[in-house]
Amino acid sequence: MATPATVHSHAPQGFIRKYIFSLDHKVIGLQYFFLALTAVFVGMFLSLLMRIHMIWPTANLPLVGEIKPETYLALLTMHGTIMVFFVLTTAPQGGFGNYVLPIQIGAPDMAFPVLNMLSFWTTFVGFVVILCAFFVQGGAPLHGWTGYPPLSAVPSAGPGEALGADLWITAIAIFCIASLMGALNFITTTLDLRAKGMTLMRMPLTVWSWFITAILGLLAFGVLLSAGILLLMDRNFGTSFYVPLIVVNGQVIGHRGGSPLLWQHLFWFFGHPEVYIAILPGMGVASQILSTFSRKPIFGYRAMVYAMLAIGFFGFMVWGHHMFMSGMSPYSAFAFSILTMCIGVPSAIKTFNWLGTMWKGHIRFDSPMLYAIGFVSLFVSGGLSGPFLAQPVLDIPLHDTYFVVGHFHLIMGVAAIFGIFAATHYWFPKMFGRMMNEPLARIHFFITLAGTYAIFMPMHYLGMAGQTRRYSQFTEVAYQTKLLPLQTFMTYAAFVTIAAQFIFVINLFWSMFKGPKASDNPWDATTLEWTTTTPPPHDNFGGKTPVVHNGPYEYGVPGAAKDFVMQTDPPTQPVH
Amino acid sequence: MGLALMLLIWLITLVSTYFFVAKTWWLPAGASAATGFIDQQFAFTYIIMGIVFVAAQGLLGYIVWRYRQTPKSPPVSYSHGNTTLEIAWTMLTAILFIGLNLMGSRVWASQRFEPAESGAVQVEATAMQFAWYFRYPGPDGTYAKTKASLMDPSAGGEAAVGLDPSDPSAKDDVVTGTMYLPVNREVDLSLRSVDVIHDLFVPAMRFKQDAVPGLNIHMHFKPTQIGEYEIACAELCGLGHYKMHGMVHVVSQDDFDKWLAAQEAEKQ
Repeated sequence: MATPATVHSHAPQGFIRKYIFSLDHKVIGLQYFFLALTAVFVGMFLSLLMRIHMIWPTANLPLVGEIKPETYLALLTMHGTIMVFFVLTTAPQGGFGNYVLPIQIGAPDMAFPVLNMLSFWTTFVGFVVILCAFFVQGGAPLHGWTGYPPLSAVPSAGPGEALGADLWITAIAIFCIASLMGALNFITTTLDLRAKGMTLMRMPLTVWSWFITAILGLLAFGVLLSAGILLLMDRNFGTSFYVPLIVVNGQVIGHRGGSPLLWQHLFWFFGHPEVYIAILPGMGVASQILSTFSRKPIFGYRAMVYAMLAIGFFGFMVWGHHMFMSGMSPYSAFAFSILTMCIGVPSAIKTFNWLGTMWKGHIRFDSPMLYAIGFVSLFVSGGLSGPFLAQPVLDIPLHDTYFVVGHFHLIMGVAAIFGIFAATHYWFPKMFGRMMNEPLARIHFFITLAGTYAIFMPMHYLGMAGQTRRYSQFTEVAYQTKLLPLQTFMTYAAFVTIAAQFIFVINLFWSMFKGPKASDNPWDATTLEWTTTTPPPHDNFGGKTPVVHNGPYEYGVPGAAKDFVMQTDPPTQPVH
Repeated sequence: MGLALMLLIWLITLVSTYFFVAKTWWLPAGASAATGFIDQQFAFTYIIMGIVFVAAQGLLGYIVWRYRQTPKSPPVSYSHGNTTLEIAWTMLTAILFIGLNLMGSRVWASQRFEPAESGAVQVEATAMQFAWYFRYPGPDGTYAKTKASLMDPSAGGEAAVGLDPSDPSAKDDVVTGTMYLPVNREVDLSLRSVDVIHDLFVPAMRFKQDAVPGLNIHMHFKPTQIGEYEIACAELCGLGHYKMHGMVHVVSQDDFDKWLAAQEAEKQ
């Protein structure tokens, strides 16, 4: 067992070293969390403006004014980019992974604390850079979060494609660098810093999920970084990686021989694993919470680990299913389609196992459990539209329609967000030493679950009816104008759901200062973070190193004194 | 709490399923030869996934309520899982998903691996911000050259696609803003874009394909009903994406021939 590169058993005293440029993984985890919280409110506000514009295109909004079609596309681009990178990648991995992983494996910190601090501050710089895109000449880019060239490569292709697009791709490149540093740290920490007795098959499923996510990140972000650099070169240095001979507004653009499809291959080679980077930590958190609050061992621990490994593995071989209509060879569509169907299998196994975990359990409805159950429901709903889109022949009517938007928002957006809500409510007592308010959490949960279904389920109906995505208005195509009433309903549902998020924020900050004091182990849970004090000391275990004797989910062990056996308790003989 | 959660999950499932079953919103009426296959595969996938959806959500709601902790709950069943069950549902899901996929792939192959039938009507679609142009090669059956330096989108028509008048085969090329097609005859479509990526989406034809600058993509489809059908651009192409709208007019072979002759006459 190695020790972290920087051993710093004495807590730093000054404010700056303690809270700003901290090397403590717990502080860095919270920094990531609050960055993501800021980002999610920015992203949500953008989506609110989009939903208003689609229904009332000429509305004159206070402060914002009238939203033009190009502004709508800028909102759309920034919403997607901010949500995917600075929320769905930042909060589950950078936030909770950072805070919890070292404690759950019995380590005093991450393997490389300085690198950890650097990766947070690099992410922060990336966030500042992308926000700047709103304020430059021409505004934010309008090419969508996928940024397909030539639209994203040629400044004259639209407003926002000048400096705004440079800032956008630069911010993504900065984010990639930060994520690579983070991924290295997570992998090394998991492999090298586990406490005595913490074998791989005794690691909590959360640790497995962060570990596998880090491996995906290491392989995927490098590719996106390279792709982004090539795009910057096409934009600024006259290269032609992505742009062939084209004519924009009657002007011949000075590129020759590039391939727009090259970007799509590189982007989706990152982009598909990114979906799993967003959702895998949620799967880990859901497993952890479903077991804890059903007072039962997780059903099929090994199957869960193998399923996550399989999802990670197949995740790198399915990127072409985003490109069935792109002009890519129809023969390769065939292979991508079969592999995509294969990835549905481990996802189904996980769902079966979650249901099996709750089966014949003692389900307690504390707030983390509510969100975890919501996660399972959303994961099922979002997952089942996958086998439609995985078939190239069904992609003909469905590709680039609202069906796709509904699919990925349910599974990668809202399900992952429910994973974040579950994690927040579950670890809040450990992080802040106080309990969150349960009635507020319940109100927030019920409104948000019903509200997100009301927003995103109708998108599937719209998609079937042929409603194309990324349209700022539905006034120009007759068959789409007929679908406006359903869009209007979704906008009202979004108003209610967005309003409900303030309940969460109020609960979060109120409980931070005024919530009832939390005990060391308020949920009667078994993993290592619940063996230490609340909140944990600077080195996590107060100078002691825990020794692990048991698996992570020993609940309801027959013959045991309590209904749970902690990982550090004397060894039990689990009865199979 | 368990009861409330079960009712909410069941209510969501019921409402969602109702609108799918009632077909309140559904695929638009199809008017091409591919419609039958595609809609059949869609309906089949939809039934399978619908059953799984209702079963999974229904079970989730039931479990949540049935196994809520009460003072009278029997001891939990202490189990780390069941390998036989794991293997069973892995196999079942794999067969289901991959089988579904293989069923659909026949249609995909017939559409995209094979060239257009002989005697198909030739049309070239050119996309640009934010318009569609359609070119017919005329009696000589040859598309004339186009040149990037000649393209002038503001002029529209032949000038927009950059038709080179010095090419002798340009004389009988017809360029229009609306696509005319004869009914029950296959269309051999060449798809091009001059600036960014666009996508020719004709919902009623069950047709969708990106138009990519630098590529000339050949596709084919066969309209089977006379009528007027809308084209929507389905790939984000810039600020006018939402209004990059076009029309397909499917007419009888006679009307098509008359229309084409009139266009040729107008050009001379």
